[in-house]
Amino acid sequence: MLMRYASMRLAQLIPMVLVVTMVVFFVMMIVPGDPVMVMLGAVDGAQVSREVYDAMRLQLGLDKPLIVQYLNWLSKVLQGDLGTSITFRTSALEVIFLRLVPTMYLMIGGLIVAVIIAVPAGVLAAIHNNTKWDHLATGFVVLGISVPTFWLALVTILIFAVYLGWLPSIGYTRPQEDFIEFLKHIALPMSVVALNIAASVLRFQRQDFLEQMHQDYVRTARAKGLSERLVLWKHVLRNSLMTTVTVVGLQMAYLSGLITIVESVFNYPGIGYLLLNSIRTRDFIVVQGVVLFMVFLVIIVNLLIDIFYTVLDPRIRYQ
Amino acid sequence: MEARAGYDASIFQPLTERPSSVTRKIIAFVGSDQRLMVGGILLILYIVIGLVGPSMSPYDLNAPDLAVRMQAPSSIHWLGTDRIGRDVLTRIIAGSRVSLQVAAGAVLMALLLGAPLGAFGSYIGGTIDALVQRVMEGIMSFPALVLALALVALAGPSVIMLWFAIAFSSIPRYARLLRSGVLTQKEREYVDAARAMGQSPIRILVKQILPNIMAPIAVQLTLDFARAISVEASLSYLGLGLSVPYISWGTMIRDAQDFLEVAPWLAIFPGLALAGVILAFTIVGDALRDRMDPRMRSSLSRRLV
Repeated sequence: MLMRYASMRLAQLIPMVLVVTMVVFFVMMIVPGDPVMVMLGAVDGAQVSREVYDAMRLQLGLDKPLIVQYLNWLSKVLQGDLGTSITFRTSALEVIFLRLVPTMYLMIGGLIVAVIIAVPAGVLAAIHNNTKWDHLATGFVVLGISVPTFWLALVTILIFAVYLGWLPSIGYTRPQEDFIEFLKHIALPMSVVALNIAASVLRFQRQDFLEQMHQDYVRTARAKGLSERLVLWKHVLRNSLMTTVTVVGLQMAYLSGLITIVESVFNYPGIGYLLLNSIRTRDFIVVQGVVLFMVFLVIIVNLLIDIFYTVLDPRIRYQ
Repeated sequence: MEARAGYDASIFQPLTERPSSVTRKIIAFVGSDQRLMVGGILLILYIVIGLVGPSMSPYDLNAPDLAVRMQAPSSIHWLGTDRIGRDVLTRIIAGSRVSLQVAAGAVLMALLLGAPLGAFGSYIGGTIDALVQRVMEGIMSFPALVLALALVALAGPSVIMLWFAIAFSSIPRYARLLRSGVLTQKEREYVDAARAMGQSPIRILVKQILPNIMAPIAVQLTLDFARAISVEASLSYLGLGLSVPYISWGTMIRDAQDFLEVAPWLAIFPGLALAGVILAFTIVGDALRDRMDPRMRSSLSRRLV
């Protein structure tokens, strides 16, 4: 039954994948300038012989109709060939994978810290509804949504790196080389990511818990004489999981943008930083690759979450 | 003894309450909610200062004055000066114009592109509706900032491109709103009646269906405005915003980053301005949304009766 559901969801994904890849492909088409010249590495005003130009044009497949170009590109992508990076001269996929690990530390670390802070806080805010703690939590949520991330990042640099001198402001050290240095470098960026995500998680957790508290089954449990603490605990366990997972799914698309900005401010060498650099150097093959990767990440995580829902609540499978 | 009239003379009492005008209704609406009041006042402040401010300032927006460069906030320059001596406060006030204009254009564009798509797709139904829905889902799984980045970086930071890049990721939201509105109203009797009368589908959509989804659209517009300002600021910070002579808060922060240690006020104040306006829109949007909920429920029950 689970397999049926999973394959059904996968099949539903296909039109979406098509749409997404089409958007990415055609967005690249609006790049001003001649792609042939870009691939040849020719700077403005450089002269290129007719034969070389035509050869590259054929090689890029630019003589074929647009839809054929798209399909060719798509088939390569699905086989894992994202093209060759113009700046790095190696496979774009390789370039991306090299930068993937630092970003994953940031993303996953940030998510975990956010959940650890926000879930208990949200639950407590719901339990002590309308007290000053609740207002504090709501204030935190609103600020977290409103304050621009890059500015928040700069402020944390100002406080912790410039004035207090506790942490470095930029760079990255691999954990295998020096774990303490790794922690010091990742502390600020991860905090910024975590604070941002925590705001959303807190808000949804609080809302959801408030709703749950007034549900019938809670009243039944209390009527049965179960202690308040037991009732609340069962609550927390069950719906925290659902809510957190839901929020993560909703935030995935936003997360990629967040990571890009944070990596830019802290000069953190992840795929966001790679994206920005590639845009600067007009390496649109890598840009394409990173964007595709980010989108697929969103799609896959959401698919996993959907499947996870059916594990948590088997009723969903039969819809 | 009273006058022996055959009717109750009180009907000729003059009305003691003045008839409420639209303005009065708006003031009553806003005044009843603390958040709307705070957010609303903040917004009005931003707009008014943004319009009037630059002309009231004795300082020039762009002219360098190297004699007073990099000064901390003082009584002459309330928010300090930047690295070529320009007054920070004046530039911040001028920067609100770019933020508000770009955000407004982007939000409008998203509405104008998304609403018709959602409305017609769901009105026609069938495969077209399914197609539109899939496309919208595809767009929603895109990281908004990344897409905007790529668009602006590749096609150049013109105002129109900024509008489109920021609007693009919001289009599905309006399409969905219109879709749910149309679907809810589509089967109602008055739509059938209108169709029987021979009214064209466009007329039906506009006159019968639209007024009922105004409220959620207003909420969405407000929250979207906040998001648009944030995206524009991020794009400017990354160097992809509008350039001179336009002043953007994001660009100001970008330029200030190199001098964070010596002149932190250059980065702090534009950021506060940004946070303030985004906060205002967010508070108002949230308050409106919370108001809509019980209201929709009550109006729905009225309709069912």
